[in-house]
Amino acid sequence: MVGRVLRRAGAGDDDVAGESTAENVAESDDSVAASDRCLRTDGGVEPAHGAGTPETSLIDRLRRSEFVESLPFWGPPGLLVLIFVYGAVAWNFVISLTGWEGLRQPTYDEFTLEMYRTLLTDASFIAAFRNTLVLLVVFTVLSLALGLVLAILVDRDIRFENTFRTIYLLPMSLSFVVTAIFWSWLYNPRIGLINEALRAVHLDFLAQAWLADPRFKLAAIIFALMWQFSGYCMVVYLAGLRAIPTDQYEAARIDGASTIRLYWRVIVPQLRASTMSAAVVLMVFALKAFDFLFVLFGVNPGRSADILAVMMYRVAFDRLQWAYGAAVAMVLFVMALGVIGPYLYLQYRRGEL
Amino acid sequence: MSEDRSDDSFFGGLGAIDRSRIGLYAVLLAMVAFYLAPLESGLVTAFKTQTGFTQTTPFAPPPPGEFTTAAWQVAFDRLREGLVNSLLMAVPATVLSALLGSLAAYGLTNLSWRGQLGVLVLFVSGVFLPYQSVLVPLTQFWSFVDLAGRIPLAVVDDYDGLIHLSITHAAYGVPICTVLFRSYYATIDDEMLEAARLDGASAATIYRRIILPLSVPIFAVTLIYQFTQIWNDLLFALVLISDPGNNVVTVALNQLQGSFVQQYNLQMAGAFIAALPTLVVYVLFGEQFAKGVAGET
Repeated sequence: MVGRVLRRAGAGDDDVAGESTAENVAESDDSVAASDRCLRTDGGVEPAHGAGTPETSLIDRLRRSEFVESLPFWGPPGLLVLIFVYGAVAWNFVISLTGWEGLRQPTYDEFTLEMYRTLLTDASFIAAFRNTLVLLVVFTVLSLALGLVLAILVDRDIRFENTFRTIYLLPMSLSFVVTAIFWSWLYNPRIGLINEALRAVHLDFLAQAWLADPRFKLAAIIFALMWQFSGYCMVVYLAGLRAIPTDQYEAARIDGASTIRLYWRVIVPQLRASTMSAAVVLMVFALKAFDFLFVLFGVNPGRSADILAVMMYRVAFDRLQWAYGAAVAMVLFVMALGVIGPYLYLQYRRGEL
Repeated sequence: MSEDRSDDSFFGGLGAIDRSRIGLYAVLLAMVAFYLAPLESGLVTAFKTQTGFTQTTPFAPPPPGEFTTAAWQVAFDRLREGLVNSLLMAVPATVLSALLGSLAAYGLTNLSWRGQLGVLVLFVSGVFLPYQSVLVPLTQFWSFVDLAGRIPLAVVDDYDGLIHLSITHAAYGVPICTVLFRSYYATIDDEMLEAARLDGASAATIYRRIILPLSVPIFAVTLIYQFTQIWNDLLFALVLISDPGNNVVTVALNQLQGSFVQQYNLQMAGAFIAALPTLVVYVLFGEQFAKGVAGET
């Protein structure tokens, strides 16, 4: 028992375990007495835990190690993750090295980088790559900005705060299929809400064929996605704002700082962690945004709005160029890795994993 | 802070502070309009006739002669099968992923061992996986597994695609569920678990007797969040379901949209019908949904 407690305390790398070490050691004198109770409550399951058993044999130690004890819990889900996430990505990479296309099955006898070479000269890939980057940056920045403003407004001690929050977050609970259908109606050039509203305030010249005109397509998509995701940013920022101690507001107020200065100089810089985690989620979403565009445009959004996520589906599942689609998918995967790698490393460095 | 602010407006009378409060509420209400306009416009349109929605403003309620519920009936007939299929697929996937997430989080949080962090990183990274990068292998995988060919049951044969989809969603839901449960389990008092250990309780007993009963709130959060995610997905369903009889509601809605291009009343009614289960869940459990959304970070 004593050995086990010490091992546990030694292995515990979090503060809580560290603090309780002394107590545990002190308590462990009683543990022999406690094992009587153990026999009564759990004796049937683990008789080896009885007080008299020597703790020297390897099997015994293995059985009591928390690694072995924890394995049945994280093992099965871990196996699923290993197969469906990591195994699948590895398999996808292998497929991208073959020349597999059409209705036959893949053959794994010859591997080349041909698909990746083709990517570099494929004008539609370059356009989709550029659009993906634009979507990633503009969508992320706009959603964060709107979410921050909303969070600050909602945090100003308003009435019906819950109602406002619930409404702002509502779009996030809807399927992209649903929201895409709403927006295709709003953007209807002749009788849609957007253009009707513009005409109503005599801004007729601003009324456009938002989803048909190559100049506005991507912007229209970004605007609609911002509508859907800014509520999420608000929730993240609100949690960040509530974690800032109140006296900082007071101190700034005593210094005579205006509200805008207070937020810009004192509050916003402290929201860096919220900004970073929300930005990662938004960027990764921007990389895989598919449903919304697919409902609006099918597999062919056109050069001006094509993104890698849609291109991957078109190439693989519409044209049956499986290996080429897998190569596009690998580019997406590496981009996602580029976003989350540094993020997870920073989280690890700050001890928040 | 909160008392101070209300004091300001209380004593400030009709001064600058009150005017800024009015401005604040005006902006908040304008944002309400921004977020609800698409839904409002969709809802009134769904109750209009064809001439109704082409000739009236998109946010005005239907005029007396142009009110109809016909669009709802047609849309419901088209989506009924999809709604049932979505429910059959989403409920088991939601429960399974939440349960696996809870188990994994316990093994990776409340028990400590060397190398734990490495395994955890593998789980957490899975949250951010772009699903495109597994789509092609996924279709290959399920064609090899071929449940219908291996299990000679009529149910498996009929719902082949749905079963594949459900298991797939459960598997890809494990990482986010683990993250949600982990952030909650990290707050559980370690000394209490240590005491139970000293009493000789095994890891399984501690999970069943202490952790699970404490997990009710986080189970609510995870189940609600996962159900919404799985119900709303289109991509996996497009790729994994080939039999039209297995279509889930998102696929059915997309097809409805494609086959009634200019009939916006029908499309809007369909959109609301497909969204109804998640809307109901959101209205009833908005707080839990918000926690799930925030927990993703």
